[in-house]
Amino acid sequence: MQGLGINVLFMGNNLPRLLEGLLITMKISLLAVALSIVLGTLLGMVMTLRNPVTRCLTKVYFEFNRIMPQLVMLFLVYFGLTKLFGINLSGQVSAVVVFTLWGTAEMGDLVRGALISIPKHQYESGAAIGMTKLQNYRYVIIPQTLRRLIPLAINLTTRMIKTTALIVLIGVVEVLKTGQQIIEANRYTVPTAALWIYGTIFFLYFFTCWPISILAGRLERKWQN
Amino acid sequence: MDLNFIEKYAPMYVEATGLTLRLGFIGIGFSLVIGLICSFLLYYKTPVLQKIAACYIELSRNTPLLVQLFFLYFGLPKLGIMISSEGCAIIGLSFLGGSYMAEAFRSGLEAIEKSQVEAGLSVGLNHGQVMRYVVLPQALSISVPALCANVIFLIKETSVFSAVALADLMFVAKDLIGLYYKTDEALFMLVVAYMIILLPISIMAAVLEWRLRYAGFGN
Amino acid sequence: MLKRNEPLLEIRHLRKNYDANDVLNDISLDICKGEVVVVVGPSGCGKSTLLRCINGLEPIQSGEILLDGLPITDGKKKWSEIRQKIGMVFQSYDLFPHMTVLDNIILGPTKVQGRKREAAAKSAEKLLERIGLLDKKDAYPRQLSGGQKQRVAIVRALVMEPAIMLFDEVTAALDPEMVREVLDVMLELARSGSTMLIVTHEMQFAKAVANRVIFMDGGEIVESSSPEEFFLQPKTDRARRFLNIFNFEK
Repeated sequence: MQGLGINVLFMGNNLPRLLEGLLITMKISLLAVALSIVLGTLLGMVMTLRNPVTRCLTKVYFEFNRIMPQLVMLFLVYFGLTKLFGINLSGQVSAVVVFTLWGTAEMGDLVRGALISIPKHQYESGAAIGMTKLQNYRYVIIPQTLRRLIPLAINLTTRMIKTTALIVLIGVVEVLKTGQQIIEANRYTVPTAALWIYGTIFFLYFFTCWPISILAGRLERKWQN
Repeated sequence: MDLNFIEKYAPMYVEATGLTLRLGFIGIGFSLVIGLICSFLLYYKTPVLQKIAACYIELSRNTPLLVQLFFLYFGLPKLGIMISSEGCAIIGLSFLGGSYMAEAFRSGLEAIEKSQVEAGLSVGLNHGQVMRYVVLPQALSISVPALCANVIFLIKETSVFSAVALADLMFVAKDLIGLYYKTDEALFMLVVAYMIILLPISIMAAVLEWRLRYAGFGN
Repeated sequence: MLKRNEPLLEIRHLRKNYDANDVLNDISLDICKGEVVVVVGPSGCGKSTLLRCINGLEPIQSGEILLDGLPITDGKKKWSEIRQKIGMVFQSYDLFPHMTVLDNIILGPTKVQGRKREAAAKSAEKLLERIGLLDKKDAYPRQLSGGQKQRVAIVRALVMEPAIMLFDEVTAALDPEMVREVLDVMLELARSGSTMLIVTHEMQFAKAVANRVIFMDGGEIVESSSPEEFFLQPKTDRARRFLNIFNFEK
């Protein structure tokens, strides 16, 4: 009679392997988030321009990313670009590309929303006390924009971490794939492994995302002036 | 682009679309019910159940649907609980969607001022009637944008159903790519299929929001 | 059957506090059928709270309230039944924005009292006509002015045919031009024999409408007298100081 299947976690280096897999997930999502923040901020500023062409292009870009499931985008990049350009992107790189495209669209919209929510007179108040336009941005507009943005950006981070789980479906070895490997390897020794492994992965994700979302909530409440 | 190929295999996409929509809407239906119940528990601060609802919401919002599905489909059978692919899909989607709908309903309910409740009570309505005739109609119209966003979100989430052995759109596309190497055609139909599903819903949501913003209610 | 001199509403030794603060301290008050009692006093003296306690919107710590000789605060009767006999109009009118004026008014009669829609609508329309707003019966609250909304709120309470009407500073949130139309409605109600308990800052109105004036301060009833006595010769110092607020020396 075997012990409880939970033992599978402590056999060999199973648990460390799972954590390594989670680390890959985190690396991909955090890299994508970082790129999205930079590119998204630029996009957001572009989105506030009154040029009808940029308006149209950015709107199409944004709506496409909003409507298409991220998994479809992953397929398009991973399978499609390979065929189209003959380049062979790995699953990981495809993931970063797709999530950056998605994240940039979302961040761009957030930045645009934050920029237009600042009351107009804030743009003028700096000028009234003699600041240059650049100084006004730096000391008046940007801090306020950041306060509105940061909780929303953190929220986007948790969503991105969760969505990164999808990359198992294009063959990337991350936490779910590692879990599958462990279950396969222990098919006869620990038949109930699937229960414990997937349960553990569930809580790994939970304890990764939950603190981040609590942080976002705290910051939002703190800065809600 | 091989149009013959597209013509030949389009029916597979249509069938997969039907599957996605069917399971998606069942899941959305359950999500709405679960969400409404949870929002009431949170609004009325029912002693024990409120905490349970709050825990459920946190658990469900911080874990990916894919992981939930793997657990339901591969993990639970080890406890002797066997659920079909479709069952897992619906349960998973409802579990995830319920918490998102709960948030949407809850913010609508809390937006209604206490004085509206008091005005209703003063006319002799009991709490149930106040909720039904005064609070809920107003709260729902406030929640509509969030509810619509959730519907779109949940339909997008259905794209993971192939992980539990369902012949959904992703499965069909991947299959065709693997078997016939017609990547462009397969992906093209995939994108078109999701456009057909989501664009109308997206537009309807926008119209609904617009109409509710300018209309009043009449009972 | 109540005789003319038997009290309709009896409040006995009412006490209420929020945490450690005494908001209402040993309040006792009787109101007879057909009487119009006006409560005045500085802000925070507890007058609104008193009304809210009578209507069960606030719990009380001790004391009792009797309506028609029967206790209503002992927890034995359901508030939804008691509130049918007590009509309340709030400062912020709180009409239901998602319903027309008519629907606002007949919600109570149809859902609570089980009256048929046509009959309830007829009563509602009669009352609307009495206050001059029959043409607005299908309008939504957002299309009405503040004064119109408040008058509809009064009708919404009246249509339930309550034994007593409570008015909680109903003109305080209105623009001055609209205050008069609401006060006129209240005057007409008083003249037609309604039993009313009114909290207000409008001193001229109080003089005109009241059978009795109650002055509250710090959660207690300091004075209780006829309007002539109160406004011309207040008995206590606190009352005198309060009334002085309304007098301006040139």
